[in-house]
Amino acid sequence: MSFIADPVIFITNWLNGLLSGWGIPAMWVQFIMFIIGAGLLAFGAMIFTIGLIWLERKLGGRIQDRIGPNRIGPWGLFQPIADMLKIFTKEYITPIGADILLYNLAPILAMAAVLGLWAVIPLSSTTFGTNINVGVLYLIGIGAIGELGIILAGFSSNNKYALLGGYRAVAQLLSYEVPMAITLLIPVMFAGSMGLNDIAGAQKVAFIFQAPVAALIFFIAGIAENGRAPFDLMEADSEIVAGYNIEYSGLKFGMYYVADFLHAFTSALLFATIFLGGWRGPGAEQYPILGFVYLFIKTAVVYLLTITIRFTVPRLRIDQVMAFNWKYLTPLALATLLVTALVDKLAPVGQGLLRIILLLVANVLLFLLADRLVTLYRKNHQKLRKVVTGIRPVPVTIRPTVATEEPEVNS
Amino acid sequence: MTVMQLIFLINAAVTIIAGIMMARVQRLLHAALWLVLALFGVAITFGLLEASFLAIVQVVVYIGAIAILILFAIMLTRGGTDDTYDNSKRWIISIVVALIALGGILLALFTWPQGQALTTPLTPAQQDIGAIGVALLNPEGYLIPFEISSILLLAALVGSIYVGIEHKGEEK
Amino acid sequence: MLHEWLYLVIFIAISMFIPAVAIGMAALLSPKKPAPIKNSIYECGIETYGPTKIQFKAQYYLYAILFLVFDVETVFLFPFAVAYNKLLLFAVIEVIIFVIILGAGLAYAWRRGALEWS
Repeated sequence: MSFIADPVIFITNWLNGLLSGWGIPAMWVQFIMFIIGAGLLAFGAMIFTIGLIWLERKLGGRIQDRIGPNRIGPWGLFQPIADMLKIFTKEYITPIGADILLYNLAPILAMAAVLGLWAVIPLSSTTFGTNINVGVLYLIGIGAIGELGIILAGFSSNNKYALLGGYRAVAQLLSYEVPMAITLLIPVMFAGSMGLNDIAGAQKVAFIFQAPVAALIFFIAGIAENGRAPFDLMEADSEIVAGYNIEYSGLKFGMYYVADFLHAFTSALLFATIFLGGWRGPGAEQYPILGFVYLFIKTAVVYLLTITIRFTVPRLRIDQVMAFNWKYLTPLALATLLVTALVDKLAPVGQGLLRIILLLVANVLLFLLADRLVTLYRKNHQKLRKVVTGIRPVPVTIRPTVATEEPEVNS
Repeated sequence: MTVMQLIFLINAAVTIIAGIMMARVQRLLHAALWLVLALFGVAITFGLLEASFLAIVQVVVYIGAIAILILFAIMLTRGGTDDTYDNSKRWIISIVVALIALGGILLALFTWPQGQALTTPLTPAQQDIGAIGVALLNPEGYLIPFEISSILLLAALVGSIYVGIEHKGEEK
Repeated sequence: MLHEWLYLVIFIAISMFIPAVAIGMAALLSPKKPAPIKNSIYECGIETYGPTKIQFKAQYYLYAILFLVFDVETVFLFPFAVAYNKLLLFAVIEVIIFVIILGAGLAYAWRRGALEWS
């Protein structure tokens, strides 16, 4: 295994040999390797977020027809570093009456919940944190720890608005866990195992072709879990004044910020692993370094899609968010699960391509049926706004008396 | 003293202390958080027994759903501020009851023939979660409890909605 | 298998340790000038009055119960999903019955208006 083909395994073997050569017993060698590996992965993920913040701000600026950061460094590359330096030196203002232990624990829990996701993702055919055989349920469990952190933040801030923001945020996160968990059942069904390595390894044909509706629901639920637009009333400035992290300042707030951006990328990474085939691609088994490249490309596509959606679509109200989840996504997810399970069992054995086509057709039919039902529902339940009076008189338009120049067009 | 025994002892100590603190602290919210720590301890115990599925289900269901439900219930009602419960006279009775229960469990454990057996590492066939699935859906296995559990969940859902709907109209 | 879980515990411990260290470092670097008006609770610029606990809104609790029921249902379905390739059509029918019973619960909640954010 040369260095070019698989740098990570090469370095791992070299370190193993080095530590064993010093005479350390095998168990301690493994323990030290674990600590080094985990530390590098966690630290690398956090440092990587700095690039992500720059990318998001630049791209968001471009979508909104402005330049984005461009002062600090070429193309504004050092802008996030400047932001980090600023946030490091801001004062921590602890509100009166705040529960000190919980108040300080909450940002750490939020960050740990996002970093913990990186432990189970297969980064290439040979590089992964750990291959527990319940990887998919672990993803859901870590999300639950994150919700715990948010509710702690809301409560320990001793602030009515933080509490209200915390409730709303946790209600939204809880609701969108349900379709996410249900649609995660479908790749587990196809792969026959809950471990993410096995799911990534079982995708000779990417699962998005076999279960497109499930992939769509997982994508939407992932955006909603993250708290990004259009589901971002958890942190919207015009809503409950920044939500559950009102009373946080300095790096504690910075932790929430970093966790938000990292979670967006991690959601894209999970989608790429579970539905797009992860590190799979031509030649990824012989040259595991290609696995990194393929995974990165797939994740980048999904992540850029997420950013585009964020800066394009307007924000949803909380009742729209909840109605969308409980009245559309959850029934659709349950129906997809049943239809996929049924069609997969009824498909003739051994015909790979026929099975995939059958599944695809079943998914498309299900989606069209759901669409039709939504249209029917909207027709029956549309609340027409009552017209109170007739047409109101409108004031006469004031024409400019001196027409010297055209008014400026602000776009 | 192997590493596993050490980890088990630390985990057991943390769980027991969390349980005791949960019963002893004054503020209800802190009691709920000690409960979360105790549930984590139970999840780690499952993990030490190589029941990985149960460990993760413990985290997902107990900590992810039930603990959050308890926290909601505490925070949304006045239970969070009403910390005037005077428990100074009753702790003797509760300790006696707890010791009797503990004695009963220890008696049952020591008279059970398998109680003294050492745990052996599970074979890969025993670690297969698919076996749980096959057993759950086997008509000669646990199919009837499986379907009845769905009816139980339905009953819980309908009951809580029925009670909750009346209260929905109460707030302004 | 246990060493996989050990890695996970180490990873989570490190991922809690790194933010704690970062926050601690920032605590060393940042100024500390507490003042009563800075430390007061933020409420759109005015002083806070009334108890700091908001009113009981049953809707949050209903969403939590709904989530709990569907979470337990999903957890029941995971072993089925893992064993899917070895199961027969009969097992799929059983699971369909399971999901339909809980779907009826969701339909009940929908009809009773428990899903409306009032």
